[in-house]
Amino acid sequence: MKNSIGREIPDFIPGLGKVTGFGGAFARKPVGRTVGAALSTCLPRADKRLASIETAIDAVGLKDGMTISFHHHFRNGDRILNRVVEAIAKKGIRDITLSPSSLNTVNDALIPYIEQGVITAIETSGARGKMGRFLTEGHLKKPLHIRSHGGRAQAIESGAIHIDVAFLGAPACDRYGNINGIQGQSACGSLGYAIQDAAYADQVVAITDNLMPHPLFPISIPQTQVDYIVVVDSIGDPAGIASGALRYTKDPKELLIAKYAADVMDYSGYLQQDFSMQLGSGGASMAVGRFIKTKMLERGITGSFGVGGMTGVFAEMMEEGLFKMMFDVQSFDIPAIDSIKKNSNHLEMSASYYANPHNSGAIVNNLDAVILSATEVDVDFNVNVITDSNGVIMGASGGHCDTAAGAKLTIVVAPLLRGRLPMVKDAVQTVVTPGETVDAIVTERGIAINPKRLDIIDNVKNSGLPIMSIHELKDIAYKLCGKPEAIQLSDEIVGVVEYRDGTIIDVIRRPIF
Amino acid sequence: MSKLLKLAQAGTVESSDILITLAPADAGTGIRVELVSPTMQQYGAHIRNLITKTLVDHGIEDVLVNANDRGALDCTIKARVITALQRAGE
Repeated sequence: MKNSIGREIPDFIPGLGKVTGFGGAFARKPVGRTVGAALSTCLPRADKRLASIETAIDAVGLKDGMTISFHHHFRNGDRILNRVVEAIAKKGIRDITLSPSSLNTVNDALIPYIEQGVITAIETSGARGKMGRFLTEGHLKKPLHIRSHGGRAQAIESGAIHIDVAFLGAPACDRYGNINGIQGQSACGSLGYAIQDAAYADQVVAITDNLMPHPLFPISIPQTQVDYIVVVDSIGDPAGIASGALRYTKDPKELLIAKYAADVMDYSGYLQQDFSMQLGSGGASMAVGRFIKTKMLERGITGSFGVGGMTGVFAEMMEEGLFKMMFDVQSFDIPAIDSIKKNSNHLEMSASYYANPHNSGAIVNNLDAVILSATEVDVDFNVNVITDSNGVIMGASGGHCDTAAGAKLTIVVAPLLRGRLPMVKDAVQTVVTPGETVDAIVTERGIAINPKRLDIIDNVKNSGLPIMSIHELKDIAYKLCGKPEAIQLSDEIVGVVEYRDGTIIDVIRRPIF
Repeated sequence: MSKLLKLAQAGTVESSDILITLAPADAGTGIRVELVSPTMQQYGAHIRNLITKTLVDHGIEDVLVNANDRGALDCTIKARVITALQRAGE
């Protein structure tokens, strides 16, 4: 069956069962109730500490076929996920569903455990590097199940993901299991994705390298949700957890794209007193902040709040009084981690508060503008951030479709060409974000506004910006590099891309290399 | 010039460039193109044809071409082939 954006989605997908095709960004109305964690008890004066990860695996009664979760706040510095899976493999447990909030290249080390059948299913935001290629080749027993950050929160709360055990890296953990992410050698800032898992997993194991006296302050994850504590030497490599300050790009092409994007936001009418925005962490999208800042200072306006994926760049604007506050689901660099530690108006939020479409209102719904990067876009304004032009998995869904759906103005920035490959195409390889939620596509050679946004088209018409139709933009690309031949795909589905509401927006078929 | 006098190269392996190496070949062996490209699926056939046509246009009949593409556009590919030819015929 074809879904509402014309992608062919089988009714039944081996390994996943019966699926529902995407029917529009806000078409699905949720029914039923949220699920909850298993009841538990902890007697007064009990000691939650266990000697090792191995002991913890025994204590939670981990069995074949269970689902385990992790947060990805340590990014490439993570020393938890690979270590836990290694311990599970040694115990002979198999058929595990891995449900981390995302995977990084450090997790390429999991490939042997997929080959051995220890891990037979993965549901996460995306995959990169060797793992991305490995999964594209179809070595995982079930198709890779890709969800956005908001979609994952939705799936956890609705019970579509049932986490048997969450193994959560805890930069600071007290003797009774209160946790925060801002103290200790492995500080990572916000624990937004871990908050979600701790609240809904049947059992929670905190793994820490910084056991503190009770009670810890501040508390991000409460002791009421944590069953066991394991102390290890190191949970993360600080150099891999966060880089120094993420700086603006110096690439002239990215800067031109960023300048155009800021101008589009300006002429569209959303750059007003008390506006709110989110900036993606890609080169061009982050650089938009620099041009927005200049405009704010020139005009003497201040913003209301920022959302993210936070960086020091945004924290600096808040500290200068340009924004009132920030909602942070994950802190990207050391200045952002420092900011959440010291600024009371830099708030930590859960993945559900950030982006879940099936609660009573996520913060993305309050966004005026979001600037997002893209791998490819097409003439229907659909965006791909998950596969490259050869159909290989190389990115993550993240909050892309969530923020695009929520914000009043969604601007997607991308270079028109990467090498010889056109990034504005007749059809993207894989749809992650549907075109109905994208308002403008900004490249270095031209800007296309979604034809349904007549208001924006009217507002930008005398701006002097290179505004053109999306087809004209695509034609410029094709004239430079020629029309690309379609890549050859097999019928085998190696991945499914779930939209934030739980419907299937696209599938990834194994390319014939 | 229907035949190369010596081995010659033009281009680089920088992004958006192509490194063209031309090697003399025996009469009657024709134009052979060995291509490596990140865009093989999308443009592989097109790039081979362009290289061959550029050589034919310059009267070349026998040559072994090694093309290491890094995502070059047609104008770049053509320019590198012509420059390599000039170097090969000195």
